[in-house]
Amino acid sequence: MGVELATDRPGFYEMVDVDVSDSELVYHVRDALKSVSQGDSDHYNQLIAVMHYTGRLAPDEVAMLVTSLKALSGSISYIDIIHHESLLSSIFGMSMWNYGPDVMDALVELIISLAASNGKFVDSCLDMLVRNFMPPKSYLDLLGHPRGLARKHEVLDRVHSALSHIADLVPLAPMRLTPIILQRMPHMFDKEALIVIYVESMLLLESSALGELVGSTMLMALVDRLIDLDVEISWDDIIHEDSGKGIFDMELEDVDDIIDHAEIDGFEHPRGTAGSQILGTNAVADKLDSLMVLICEHLKSCADGERLTKVFETLLQSFWVTVLNAYKSKFSQFVMFYACSLDPEHCGERFAVFLADIFVCRTHPALTRMSAVAYLASYLSRGKFLPLSLIASTLKRLVDWCLEYCHVQNGEEKTINLEAHRVFYSGCQAIMYVLCFRMRSMMDSHRLKSQLLHMPLEPIFCHQLDPLKVCLPSIVEEFLRQAKAAHLFTVSETFLFNNLLESDLSKAFGGMERLDMFFPFDPCLLKKCDRFIRPSFVYWSMVKTTYDDGEDCSSEEDINEYFDGNGKSYMESGITRSLDEHDLDLDEFEYQLNKMSITPRNSLKNGLIFKLENPFRMPARIRPSTSPESL
Amino acid sequence: MEGLKVSDANLVVYIHPSKAGKVSQSILRELSTLLFKYNEIFDGVVLAYDVTIQNKNAKVLPGIYPCFGVKLKAKMLLFSPKPDMLLEGKVVKLGKESLHVIVLGFSSASIAEEDIREEFRYRIKHGEEVFASTSHKRHVIKVGSMIQFLVKSFDEEILHISGSLIPVNTGSTKWLHKNMEEGSMVDRLETRKKKRKDDRSEMHEHSTELLDDVGFSLKNEGRPKKSKRQRHAEQS
Repeated sequence: MGVELATDRPGFYEMVDVDVSDSELVYHVRDALKSVSQGDSDHYNQLIAVMHYTGRLAPDEVAMLVTSLKALSGSISYIDIIHHESLLSSIFGMSMWNYGPDVMDALVELIISLAASNGKFVDSCLDMLVRNFMPPKSYLDLLGHPRGLARKHEVLDRVHSALSHIADLVPLAPMRLTPIILQRMPHMFDKEALIVIYVESMLLLESSALGELVGSTMLMALVDRLIDLDVEISWDDIIHEDSGKGIFDMELEDVDDIIDHAEIDGFEHPRGTAGSQILGTNAVADKLDSLMVLICEHLKSCADGERLTKVFETLLQSFWVTVLNAYKSKFSQFVMFYACSLDPEHCGERFAVFLADIFVCRTHPALTRMSAVAYLASYLSRGKFLPLSLIASTLKRLVDWCLEYCHVQNGEEKTINLEAHRVFYSGCQAIMYVLCFRMRSMMDSHRLKSQLLHMPLEPIFCHQLDPLKVCLPSIVEEFLRQAKAAHLFTVSETFLFNNLLESDLSKAFGGMERLDMFFPFDPCLLKKCDRFIRPSFVYWSMVKTTYDDGEDCSSEEDINEYFDGNGKSYMESGITRSLDEHDLDLDEFEYQLNKMSITPRNSLKNGLIFKLENPFRMPARIRPSTSPESL
Repeated sequence: MEGLKVSDANLVVYIHPSKAGKVSQSILRELSTLLFKYNEIFDGVVLAYDVTIQNKNAKVLPGIYPCFGVKLKAKMLLFSPKPDMLLEGKVVKLGKESLHVIVLGFSSASIAEEDIREEFRYRIKHGEEVFASTSHKRHVIKVGSMIQFLVKSFDEEILHISGSLIPVNTGSTKWLHKNMEEGSMVDRLETRKKKRKDDRSEMHEHSTELLDDVGFSLKNEGRPKKSKRQRHAEQS
């Protein structure tokens, strides 16, 4: 070891192999600390040197480190924040990941004692523990191996128990912990493994005893991070399939099938590597995917522990503040979907009521209300776990609101200001969308059928404001078709309208944000978290429509059969692009195509007619990111 | 316990116009941000408040958001420990070098070894770490006991108190309360014993005092019962 004995007093190295009692060692350390202010820092520096042992430590080095740490724990009151600054920064700089359990225990004991002894050390102690949520960068690769995993459990167990001990001794510590955790959260461009392991600790805290105090902040910070990542996935990254190819592959029910059959649009990747590259090489999407998996697993454990209702309130609050007003969140909202699926009775209903409340409340801004009703419509349609009675009652609420709105309009206007009535139009579109999915099931139930037939739909849709002309044509078309088959109300056959014109009209009410084409719970494209969503998700192909009277395939297993036999006319994609030049060019192109098309309007088998709805691109895949991999 | 005080305060709370429909709620919300933080103006940590609205009329502050100021009268419960005050707290951690205490459930206090008087020695009794008094057998401090200690300093940011068990009137509160009334009596008994030992031959001279002693000892037997009753009365 080569420690020079400058004085005749035994140095630290010697102390270790002699039979020295703990208390003597403590006195020795205290002397070393005291002598710093008197100018003699030799032993003090030796002590600091011990703290800096790195790499694989020999047993006697480990023993030295452990005894030094224990001796320091016994000399807490002698540690001065100013005179012993270098010692303190060495201690706080230590990473538990580099040591074995003995050293970890001694270090944790020291940290807890430091935090409890003096208010000035609390922040640094908490900071040190939070930094230990993550291993040193060099360690990240080892995490995949069993040894790395074992070390991870050793460290995190101790870190979390240390935090809980400190909270017992210093009751206000959690208050100081929260900002430290938020500050130390890895940036979203950091390595995925780093983000994941930090978030794991955040979720562990949420379910621990400290969760009462810090849990809600953790969750809200996580949802914020989800949205940050979500926003980074640009719509361009989502590959749009050649419309001719993908029309019948309505939804990504079976990703593998689509990988086999589809061509990659505009990419030079060789066919063989397509499978691995389609979903998941976009780094940001990967991170989002992993985080969502973590949160979903956490929600599942909350549900098992009967805590979900409380956690859901925080999620709901977070949803309102962050997700609802984010510009067309792509996948983050599925966290809400999953939470609702875990507890349809309370959480499922709560979410629906919450969204409906926002829609009908006049004090919210129009965009918020439109966004809320878009979420509501997509949610009611896609949630397999939702009871029909809830859907019916929520529909009734929307219908009542729209009817009231109609009555209030005096109908003297010659030209309708679409933007002024956009909340109304979004409400109507929501009603139609939900009925496209649910009409058949409602008609099958005797009670709900009468309820539906009594709903004042006709006055709304035939009102002067003319929602049927303004709302998205494909939805209107499907709705009318089903309504006709169900004899819901009399529909005039002469509903001729120019597709493109209507597309403009719906653009007008949807505004720059194109909220007319926002279907937030369209199938999730993230591979890993999809397995949480899939069992509770209603795919369009599973839906029985009212004009399917002859078909007997109601089972979900017969998806393919059902599929081919019917020639779905309903365009599934809700994922659209914001208005930009590229869009307008395609508009032109599609319009030309429309003119050239010789397909008769009634030939719904091909569904070619709906190729014209340019925004209705298939929600095919997430394009591999071409941006350089972040460090 | 010292360190707690109730102050009257005149406050003005400015409320955003969007909260005009729920004024009381937003006042309470605003005031709750003061809780458990040291406030220089009040000179103490705000623990609780009781608010009454002075006037239904509020002055509107001109600006981008026309917030309106509601005048209030509040009674604030404040905690402001100063050096040399006596505080009570519960022991949560006990070690050879230090004692950790929690006061009023939110403030942490630590007492270092050198601030614990010589009378107390660290021992392990029945597998439990305690500080036991060498002069009074029943005076024991362990995890979970309530102790009374002297304030040395108070860190306002983290609300951490540095305490001391040097003065004689510090230690386990249970023992202190029990022995407070007997304190002076015990002293007298001790001095009398000493005198008796020294001057046995002068019994005659002390005859009156002996009589007093007898009377005293009779009274003494009655004492414990009385203090027990007193203790019960205190506890209920």
